[in-house]
Amino acid sequence: MNFDFSDEQKSLKDELRRFLAKASPTTEVRKVLEGEALYNESVWKGLADLGVLGAGLPEEYGGAGGGYLELCIIAEELGRALAAVPFSSSILLAAEFILHAGSEEQKQKYLPKLASGELIGTFAYVEANGPVTPDRIAVTGGAALSGTKIPVPDGMIADIAIVAARDGAAGERGISLFIVDLNAKGVTRETVANIDPTRPQAKIVFSGAPAERLGAQGEGWGLINTVFDKAAVLTAFEQVGGADRALEMARDYALERMAFGRPIGSFQAIKHILADMYVSATLARSNAYYAAWALSTGSAELPEAAAAARVSATKAYQHCSKNNTQVHGGMGFTWAFDCHLFYKRANVMASGLGSLSQWEDKLIDRLRKSNKAA
Amino acid sequence: MNFDDTPEEAKFRQVARDWIKANAPHELYEDLANQGFGGAGGKQKSRTDGIATAKAWQKKKAEAGWACLNWPTEYGGRGATPIERVIWGQEEGVYGKLSGLFIIGHGMCGPTVMAYADEETKRRLLPPLASGENIWCQLFSEPAGGSDLAGLRTKAEKDGNDWVINGQKIWTSGAQHSDYGILITRTDPNVPKHKGMTMFWLDMKSPGVEVRPIKQANGQSEFNEVYFTDVRIHDSQRLGAVNDGWKVSLTTLMNERLTIGGSMSTGFSELFDFCSRIQTEDGLAIEDRAVRSKLADWAVKTSGLKYTGMRAISAVSKGENPGPENSIGKLVAGAMMQDIATYALDLQAQGGALNDPDLADFGARFQAMLLRSPATRIEGGSDEILRNIIAERVLGLPADIRVDKDVPFNKIPTSGRG
Repeated sequence: MNFDFSDEQKSLKDELRRFLAKASPTTEVRKVLEGEALYNESVWKGLADLGVLGAGLPEEYGGAGGGYLELCIIAEELGRALAAVPFSSSILLAAEFILHAGSEEQKQKYLPKLASGELIGTFAYVEANGPVTPDRIAVTGGAALSGTKIPVPDGMIADIAIVAARDGAAGERGISLFIVDLNAKGVTRETVANIDPTRPQAKIVFSGAPAERLGAQGEGWGLINTVFDKAAVLTAFEQVGGADRALEMARDYALERMAFGRPIGSFQAIKHILADMYVSATLARSNAYYAAWALSTGSAELPEAAAAARVSATKAYQHCSKNNTQVHGGMGFTWAFDCHLFYKRANVMASGLGSLSQWEDKLIDRLRKSNKAA
Repeated sequence: MNFDDTPEEAKFRQVARDWIKANAPHELYEDLANQGFGGAGGKQKSRTDGIATAKAWQKKKAEAGWACLNWPTEYGGRGATPIERVIWGQEEGVYGKLSGLFIIGHGMCGPTVMAYADEETKRRLLPPLASGENIWCQLFSEPAGGSDLAGLRTKAEKDGNDWVINGQKIWTSGAQHSDYGILITRTDPNVPKHKGMTMFWLDMKSPGVEVRPIKQANGQSEFNEVYFTDVRIHDSQRLGAVNDGWKVSLTTLMNERLTIGGSMSTGFSELFDFCSRIQTEDGLAIEDRAVRSKLADWAVKTSGLKYTGMRAISAVSKGENPGPENSIGKLVAGAMMQDIATYALDLQAQGGALNDPDLADFGARFQAMLLRSPATRIEGGSDEILRNIIAERVLGLPADIRVDKDVPFNKIPTSGRG
């Protein structure tokens, strides 16, 4: 049995960790936090030069022909470093949608540019507060799109968006996907305040914006579910990376910070918080590995594995990031310490592909279907 | 990344599978598969038959070379590799539950004897332990020393070539069925507590040994008190040097890390099944969002434990030591079982109070789980001790500052009321 990443994959991980430690320390992430930039362009370019952006894409579309396991590793390292780059929007969503549903021509047109980082993509589907359902998608589609999407991650820097729009009857079967050039006429956008300023989001208004169809008419909702399962696995690794880093920060601080004449890490009250963080991070990692296996082998278990990974990783990241702040005490609530960056990222990621309770719901549905409760 | 056996592993698995198919007590399959969480409604089955059945299966395995697989053959084992032992455990499946009586002997007493006894003693004691002919217990915990094991007070005093033992042990699993035990004692109370203990093995039929079963909060009796009154043990039964018993006990406790990759019951599959069948005010419980949210939390903990085990097995398969992530198993599973039982009773509303297998939902299994689970969170390392272990050994946090470390044992305060 080898339920682990290969040695080559592990050396990719080491290489990436070294690169990010140098290129994307939190001082760099803070440039975006302070509004000096919308993303860390130099980190994005560096990732492109390393071949990381196209690592999972087929060679005929400018990728390195790697697989999903490589993407898992990349996502984990980016999550650990809190990298302020549009990897999830552009690679895990936009490129995946095109790879999955695009015509040959669309793949040739977009994927090499996404793989080289020359083009940034995103996915725009939310329109109103509350859970997204097919009936809550009101943007109208066709040759031109009209309506408003909010919030759209990386919406200010993306060149293209995959947009979910209605161009048919009510319900699921009326939803289709479109590719829209965000720099074209008929598109206006503005930054909206979001709880994690290191990953800016936008409001995008389409007023007859030219659009090209992606995939067949009426198949949008199904495509979203398919691509979201894959993205749930990959972002679970991003969450696991963040959870691990938050745990390390708390551990390091507990070793260094003295109170009552001793390191606070010698108090059981602190030890037990850290032990529980370790437990949740470990469970999340193991669930993520299972999902990585299912994704990389095309297993029929993917739907339940993806939901389990998503639920486990969301909870672990929230748990580890909030307790990282707790262990740091008052200093953890300062702008200067990095605790809040993880706390904010964890809570934005918790809703990115739909809320925790929606994924819990999916998980139970899927376990019932597979009739495999444990 | 895969779950596949190597060719050697696959070959070994096939041999194990064939032997089990030809030899296992298949008539017990149903019973064993549904067993767990103690008897429901306080209706405990007699264990006499259970012991005979367990011994018969163990003997059969030993004769064919399937007992204590990782032990050397001269001590009754198979000389198997760690991964072969894991594979055997997977293939033995529910029949492994028959070995409950032997877990402490095989997992803890045997390895300690192997590490510290002389060759003649090992060849005499170990094979009948492996084959299930003899049952062993571990006489460690005391009324004054549970989590703080080194607080133990049972005295061993030298008298010629003998040691004379006086004192009391508690929480000894299986003492009432045991032929032998390993015993840790206080041999010097004038030095700090970790430096004055000595380990022995002894015959449980020695004069002066008295076993009294403890009636537990759930009505059952799995554990015992063991009293020692002027029990004489020959010096040749000493394991390790005089006053070096703490080091010896660590060997034992290192082996307490249960079978790698073995999954502890959490009650999740039972609860999932239950929620798929029972009605709440608004229909099937499993259709309810609130119920689903709870189930999802326990589902991912259960699968997280399962795949953490798979990661450990992969490490063993590659000849590495499994990482520390294994230490989380009992901590997660024990608390989860208690929470699951509490929630299952909540779904049963007033009927949850019933504790008769013929009257309560699901044969009163959740009631049995509710009443047994407090012990799971304490036995074999309490939740708090496990968290300390994770914090100190895995995360590298400093040990607690201790007030009893450099104090002679007999000067340590024994009452919180001064």
